[in-house]
Amino acid sequence: MGNLLENMQGIPLNHYLIFCSIIFVIGVIGVLIRRNVIIIMMSIELMLNSVNLLLAAFSAYLGDPSGQVFVFFIMALAAAEVAVGLAIIIMVYRNTKSVDIESLNKLRW
Amino acid sequence: MKEFIWMLPLIPLLGFLMIGLVRKSSPKPLISIIGCGTILISFLLSCGIFKEVYDARLAGGEGIIYQEVFNWFTVGSFNFNISFLVDPLSSIMLLIITGVGFLIHLYSVGYMAHDGGFGKYFSYLNLFIFFMLILVLGSNYLVMFIGWEGVGLCSYLLIGFWFKNSNYAKAAKKAFVMNRIGDLGFLIAMFFILVNFGSLEFQEVFPAAGQLAMGDSTLLVITLLLFVAATGKSAQIPLFTWLPDAMAGPTPVSALIHAATMVTAGIYMIARSNIMFTLSPVTMQLIAIIGVATALIAAFIAITQNDIKKVLAYSTVSQLGYMFLGLGVGAFTGAFFHVLTHAFFKALLFLGAGSVIHAMSDEQDMRSMGGLKKYLPITYITMLIGTIAIAGIPPFSGFFSKDEILAHAFVASPLFWGLGFLGALCTAFYMFRLLYLTFFGSFRGTENQKHHLHESPVQMTIPLIVLAVLSVLGGVINLPEALHGGTWLADFLSPVFAQTNAVVEPFHLSHSTEYILMGASALGAIIMALFAYNKYVKKSEIPEADGSSEQSGLYKLSYHKLYIDQIYDTLFVRPLNGLSKFLHTYVEKLGIDRLVNGIGDLFVSSGKGIRQLQSGNVGFYIFMMVVGVIAFMLYGLFTI
Repeated sequence: MGNLLENMQGIPLNHYLIFCSIIFVIGVIGVLIRRNVIIIMMSIELMLNSVNLLLAAFSAYLGDPSGQVFVFFIMALAAAEVAVGLAIIIMVYRNTKSVDIESLNKLRW
Repeated sequence: MKEFIWMLPLIPLLGFLMIGLVRKSSPKPLISIIGCGTILISFLLSCGIFKEVYDARLAGGEGIIYQEVFNWFTVGSFNFNISFLVDPLSSIMLLIITGVGFLIHLYSVGYMAHDGGFGKYFSYLNLFIFFMLILVLGSNYLVMFIGWEGVGLCSYLLIGFWFKNSNYAKAAKKAFVMNRIGDLGFLIAMFFILVNFGSLEFQEVFPAAGQLAMGDSTLLVITLLLFVAATGKSAQIPLFTWLPDAMAGPTPVSALIHAATMVTAGIYMIARSNIMFTLSPVTMQLIAIIGVATALIAAFIAITQNDIKKVLAYSTVSQLGYMFLGLGVGAFTGAFFHVLTHAFFKALLFLGAGSVIHAMSDEQDMRSMGGLKKYLPITYITMLIGTIAIAGIPPFSGFFSKDEILAHAFVASPLFWGLGFLGALCTAFYMFRLLYLTFFGSFRGTENQKHHLHESPVQMTIPLIVLAVLSVLGGVINLPEALHGGTWLADFLSPVFAQTNAVVEPFHLSHSTEYILMGASALGAIIMALFAYNKYVKKSEIPEADGSSEQSGLYKLSYHKLYIDQIYDTLFVRPLNGLSKFLHTYVEKLGIDRLVNGIGDLFVSSGKGIRQLQSGNVGFYIFMMVVGVIAFMLYGLFTI
């Protein structure tokens, strides 16, 4: 355990922050510009995991394990979310024969 | 019998509910039996209660029964009960209301037999009796006020009974509005009483009021307001114009509500509050002046009216004026005595007029009548008795009651007596004019009407006969001392007026003066009767048609009712209508409506703009969401 901690602390915190920010922004941009619903789901997953990584890094530097506990929770939630999300996507595909988000514009004024 | 006081108003109320619920589906005989039966039961109960009071008085007691029915509500330290008070004053009123009321119900069975609204009519009439009994029985001003408002409502409903005629509906509205003006006075007076005496119970207010000094300013305000209420209900100047218009209702209604009972409520209320009025001489003066002015003006108008019911209506206003004159000069017993006798002879006259109208196929103009003596013998004889009674010819009842008032007026001021005497002369003249025009001479109606002439059915003539007997004998209950009478009524009522009698010095008039006054009024009445006989029977004059140019100025003034309706119209009705129109067009339409509609429009148009955002494009939603999150983040950064 102590070994792992030393390894993590071997990399400066700033690097974690920058890396996570980059991944998060990639996720956001992916959500914004892609039209394929599956890719959008993946981008969301990217955002979640960037935050997970950040939580783990802070937890290691602070010496407080509760951050890591949060990470497990988020993973579990993400799995559940993906299950529901994929089910929706399957239904959408059955009805519209496409996974293009532009085809879901019926619900409007 | 005491235990049954609460049942007295309840029975007519039950009658109202029963008839009101089944009025469409049940046959007329059933409705008549319920309608008259409830009042008869009430009358029998009233007799029992009266007997109780009478026995108590004979035994030397005060004869006052107080009964609390239930506690209505309590606000702070004020406690309001639904409670009844039976004393000599209200016990006699009970007899009048239920007795005369029963006779008029009976009469109505015949009179309204052909009317489609038979059930509605009887339910209203029973409701009226209920409210009138509440008014009379109430042991505090609040319960009295419930009855006071209720009889006004029933009066409105019954005046507008044939509401499809818009003139009748207007007359009903007029009566209601004018009554409301008076009712406001009553309401404010109640507030003053509550604030100053801490209670509305008669038995608490009057002893407290008796402690105050003569001319106390609080009492002045209270009595003035109560008097305003009385002018509305009892049709005195300036609120009297509704009563002649109230003749739009069925004739038995005019007899019951607008002659015998409801319009005397003001007198009853003042007599009940006698101590407060006695202690404010200014109000008493005002009452006397208004009373005598009303008596005179109404009598003056009645002289030239051609509608048989209008004559009687103005006559009622005039007689009510006498009662107020009596109250104003402190003759409380006299005024109440006149209420009693007036209930008999005026109900009789109205019912007689109804019988005539019934026979004449709803013709009310006396110019089309004449010579009805031989067709309607019972109606003629009973109406003759009523006319003699109201004209004040001895020994009929009206003579004694009017004379008692006039004698008291003479003591107060010979001027009052003089004006009252003048009014009495007019009364004798117009009543005999009515009698002669209707029953003497030759028939002036159409052939068709002549063909239908018939004496009224027995249920209409019995009340006439009973009331005629009462009109003849009614005077004996309070024969003046000067004629070695017992003044029974004055003795009987003395507990009610005990406080007043303790304050004022007893009425005194030498017997010789009283004989002269009596002689003068009796002689005057007989002379006027002969004068009318000469004019309308011997010379067989008939009032000219409307708009005839030969009428003198005074005649026109009287015929057009002193133009009082027109004056009120210009002074109050039109300015009020103008103000309402102004408020409607400018304040309501341009102000309030615009504001309210503007707020609505604002939301509609802003909604139209903002809904463009909901485009259905999911990518756009997500983009907005990200923008929002970033905005929150920036906000968080800058505020922390």
